[in-house]
Amino acid sequence: MLELSNVSKRFGGVVATDGVALDVRRGEVHALIGPNGAGKTTLIAQIAGDLSCDSGAIMFEGADVTRAPQHERVRSGLARSYQITSIFRRFSVLDNLALAVQARSGSSFSFWRPVAAEPALANEARALAAQIGLAGREEAGAATLAHGEQRALEVGLALATRPKLVLLDEPLAGMGPEESQAMIALVERVRSEVAVLLVEHDMDAVFRLADRVSVLVSGRVIATGLPAAIRADAGVRKAYLGESAAA
Amino acid sequence: MRRYATAAALVLALAFPLAAPESYYLSFASRIFVYALAATSLNLALGYGGMISFGHAAFVGTGAYVSSIFLAEGVASAWIGWPAAVAAAALAALVIGAVSLRTRGVYFIMITLAFAQMMYFLVNSMKAYGGDEGLTLPARASAGLGVDLGSDAVFYYVALAALACAVYGLHRLAHSRFGRVIQAIRENEARAEAIGFPVYRLKLACFVIAGAAGGLAGVLLASHGKYVNPNVLHWTQSGTLMVMVILGGVGRLWGGAVGATAYLGLEDLVANHRVEWIASVFPNYQQHASLGVGAVLLAIVLFAPQGIAGAFARGRRA
Repeated sequence: MLELSNVSKRFGGVVATDGVALDVRRGEVHALIGPNGAGKTTLIAQIAGDLSCDSGAIMFEGADVTRAPQHERVRSGLARSYQITSIFRRFSVLDNLALAVQARSGSSFSFWRPVAAEPALANEARALAAQIGLAGREEAGAATLAHGEQRALEVGLALATRPKLVLLDEPLAGMGPEESQAMIALVERVRSEVAVLLVEHDMDAVFRLADRVSVLVSGRVIATGLPAAIRADAGVRKAYLGESAAA
Repeated sequence: MRRYATAAALVLALAFPLAAPESYYLSFASRIFVYALAATSLNLALGYGGMISFGHAAFVGTGAYVSSIFLAEGVASAWIGWPAAVAAAALAALVIGAVSLRTRGVYFIMITLAFAQMMYFLVNSMKAYGGDEGLTLPARASAGLGVDLGSDAVFYYVALAALACAVYGLHRLAHSRFGRVIQAIRENEARAEAIGFPVYRLKLACFVIAGAAGGLAGVLLASHGKYVNPNVLHWTQSGTLMVMVILGGVGRLWGGAVGATAYLGLEDLVANHRVEWIASVFPNYQQHASLGVGAVLLAIVLFAPQGIAGAFARGRRA
């Protein structure tokens, strides 16, 4: 459903992504791993539309979205979450989620009627809060949430757009073991409905969740395959796994 | 509580012309309403939308000039001149916003300032309409329907109604779908786009609404003094409106109105009410009212960064 060909991005003299080819199939959890600075976050930003492509093409659901603005990609079912939590901090949990629901249901060029008169928005936001484990925290201000709760809301905002493919950029960043398990369980719950492209450093999570794994090193995909094959791949071990095992 | 305070203020405002008919203070109060409307419109863009526009005078000025030009050309009906002036201000906001909103941060501040200054020099060179001397109007526009806009009391009520509509409109807007998104964009623009909002178009719509309301303030401003000159578009005018918003409360419903009242009230107090003990130390202090305004602004920014309206709201909660 997602197909990248020859996608590149350079920042001045630095090549961040360099001719990336990658495909994500319907129904799969596809993990993208690689050492720090490999270009994973840049690639996510290019797929989502935060960053433009210097070359190459991005096809989503058979349509060329290479030049489509980000909000149009979101509307066609391609949403992302951020490695560095990016939520509406002065809004409550419920309002955060209701906003994302509003973004995909109906026009936002409605200037007079109060949002409070649309219980459908709040109801769906409440269901989403329960799904991401924030039931009972709906009225809390987003800024007052604990780190793990903020990460859940971060991912929840992406899921609230009801994507067909969600790009999760290090959802486990900075999480303790318990919070990590809750996040992994969340991905397990939604994977039947939405394909996932998962960037993650936690190898336990990667090998538990992923149907396929791609390895990005210095802006290039050096291998794609089943988790077992990637684990056994000598080049990958040298470039990445051995390194992190030694560290 | 807020509801009662609003109702009380409205009753006082409605009764005021009965207490002080055709006085200096009636005209002064009308002027406050007009500036309150202008500041409220800026607060929509600046406080709610997070767009730090340093060129709001361009829209106030467009409204003032276009409505005055209609009168100068002999079109006396307010029903033609006023909507046309508001539409012109909206159009100016559409064009300026479409270009400016492609920039961020300090560039946005500078480019809106540059546009407003361009328009300032443009009207300065319009010799047919007074150039730098401005345009004196023979009379206020006529509204028909037995409403005599020429009467200061009637004008007072028109300005009050315009302000009341603007504040109520802002209240409705702030709680609408559009208002929620605009405030979300102010909080986190990148994420608003990333959950599927067409951020640029939404900001532009907000900017145009603010510009149109600013245009209405300009119409009333020119009508109030039966005079308009290029200074209405000068950058200091934009700065004054910003100061009013900051004084009153950025992103607060009543921020613009409270700020305009405080600013103009303070200015009037310093200029027209000589305090002997200050005068004995600073003999010319009354010519430097802006110094006093500056000191108050400094105090607000330091001690009540939410503005006067914000400080009241906090006090009530505490």
